[in-house]
Amino acid sequence: MYDIENYYNAGTIAEAVELLKEHPDARIISGGSDVLIKIREGKFAGTSLVCIRDIREIKGIERMESGDIYIGAGTVFSHITNDPVIQRWIPVLGEAVDQVGGPQVRNIGTVGGNICNGAVSADSVPTLFSLNAMLRLSDGKGGRTVPIRQFYLGPGRVDLQPGEILTHIVIPEREYMGYYGHYIKYSMRNAMDIATLSCSVVSKTDVSQGILEDIRITFGVAAPVPFRCEKTEAALKGMPVGEELYDTIEKMVREEIHPRDSWRASREFRLQIGGEIARRALIRTIELAGGDPS
Amino acid sequence: MKKQMQLVQCTVNGKEVAEYVDVRESLLEMLRNRLGLTSVKKGCEVGECGACTVIVDGETIDSCIYLAVWAEGKNIRTLEGLEKNGELTRIQEAFIEEGAIQCGFCTPGFVMSATVLLERGEKLSREAIKKQMSGNLCRCTGYHNIINAVEKVMDENFEKKDET
Ligand SMILES: Cc1cc2nc3c(=O)[nH]c(=O)nc-3n(C[C@H](O)[C@H](O)[C@H](O)COP(=O)(O)OP(=O)(O)OC[C@H]3O[C@@H](n4cnc5c(N)ncnc54)[C@H](O)[C@@H]3O)c2cc1C
Ligand code: FES
Ligand code: FES
Repeated sequence: MYDIENYYNAGTIAEAVELLKEHPDARIISGGSDVLIKIREGKFAGTSLVCIRDIREIKGIERMESGDIYIGAGTVFSHITNDPVIQRWIPVLGEAVDQVGGPQVRNIGTVGGNICNGAVSADSVPTLFSLNAMLRLSDGKGGRTVPIRQFYLGPGRVDLQPGEILTHIVIPEREYMGYYGHYIKYSMRNAMDIATLSCSVVSKTDVSQGILEDIRITFGVAAPVPFRCEKTEAALKGMPVGEELYDTIEKMVREEIHPRDSWRASREFRLQIGGEIARRALIRTIELAGGDPS
Repeated sequence: MKKQMQLVQCTVNGKEVAEYVDVRESLLEMLRNRLGLTSVKKGCEVGECGACTVIVDGETIDSCIYLAVWAEGKNIRTLEGLEKNGELTRIQEAFIEEGAIQCGFCTPGFVMSATVLLERGEKLSREAIKKQMSGNLCRCTGYHNIINAVEKVMDENFEKKDET
C-alpha cells in the first residue's frame, strides 16, 4: 500500500489545473516511476496526487504542417522509440530514451515526468537540450512556452509554477532539419542503471566541403543541471572535419564541464570520460550525416 | 492516510473482473491479494527486479509501481493465464528444458517478458534478447540458461516460418 493522502483523477488539462489549484499540496502523477518510488522511500510519504494519465491530449507524437514536432508530455519512452515520426526525423531521441532502465520502466515512464523530475541523470534531457526543445506549459489560461534550458533552476528544481502542467515538448523544424544526433550514456551497468555521465551531440555538417557547420553539445551529470558546452560549441563551428576537430572537442569539453565527486565516480574519472564520449558522439554524428569522419 | 475505495473493471487472463480497490493499492497487491494470482511476485517493490512483471495491453510493466486503479479498462495477463488445458506454453517448457529455473522466484516475471517478446514475432540477436530481458533480475541462474531458452523458442518459431 502506498502512503497516499488523497487521490484525484483529471480527465482533461483544464480539470488537472483546477484540481491542482483546489489542492495546492497535491502533486502531479503521470507514469509514477519517480513519484511512487519517492512515496515508498518516505520522501513524499502522505502526499496527495493529481493523476494526469487519462488526459488524451498529452499523449502521442505529431509532426505539424509547420514541420514542428509535438511530443505529448504523457508519452511513455517505448512509444517514443517506436514512433515513426521520431524514427524518421529525430532518431537520436528514440535511441536516448531506449537507454532508460529496463523494458518495463520504459513502458511506464513518461518524457514529461523525466523532465519535470529535474534529475541531471534524466536520459531524455541532454538530447532535448541539444535539439533546443521548447516546453508548452498550461495553467488553464493562455499558458506559456519556455526553452528547456530555462526550465532547469538547480539540482532537482524546475520552473514549474503551482497549478501548471507540462503538456507538450516542441521541437521546431529549424532545430532538427539537416541535423544528426548521437547520445552516449556512460553507466556502470548496461541496463537498469542511471548515467554516471551522459552526452548528446547534435550537429550539422557540410559534407561536400567537409566543414562542421553547427554543433550542440549537452552533458547530463556534469553540473548541477543539464549543461550545454557553449564555449566548445562556438570554437568548433566552421572547423574542418578531422582529427584536429576531435582533439579540440575532447580537450575543450574537459575544460568546460564541472562534474563532481560522488560515490558513483570521481571528478577526474568523469572528466576523462566526458572528453571521450563527446569525441565519439561527434564522430558518429558526422558519419550519420554521410560524411567521412577521418 | 484515508481509505478511498474505487471500482476497477478490467480483463484479467481473459475474464472480466470488477473489484473495489483502495486507491493506495498497487496492481501487484490487487492481483495477489484480491485475485489470488500469486505468480506475480513481490520482490523489491521499487521497479528494479521485474519479479512482479505482468502484461498490460500487450506491454510488460512492473505491477509494483503501477496503481491498481490504473487497471481500469485494461487487458491484463499474468502467468496463470498462459497454460491451456493444463499444457504449458512453449517458452515455459523451454525454461524447464534449459534449466533456466532454480529457486523459481524470478521465473514468472521472466516468462512474461519472454512471452511478449516472442509474440512480437521478431527475430533478435542474442544481445538484443538480453536487452529486452534486462528488466528482470535473477539471483540464482546467472541468466545464461534463461537467454538460451528464449533464443531456442525464437529459433524454433523462425524455422517453422521458413517451412511454411
Ligand atoms: C527501476 C527504475 C529505473 C530507472 N532508470 C532510469 C534511467 O535509466 N534513466 C532515467 O532517465 N530515468 C530512470 N528512472 C526514472 C523515471 O523512470 C523517469 O524519470 C521517468 O521519466 C519518470 O516519468 P513518470 O511519468 O514515471 O514520472 P512521475 O513519477 O509520474 O513524475 C515525475 C515528476 O514529474 C512531475 N510530472 C510528471 N508529469 C508532469 C507533467 N506533465 N507536468 C508537470 N509535472 C509533471 C511529477 O509531479 C513528479 O514530480 C528509473 C526509474 C525506475 C523506477
Ligand atoms: S517487485 Fe516489482 S520490480 Fe521488483
Ligand atoms: S531462479 Fe532464483 S532468482 Fe532466478
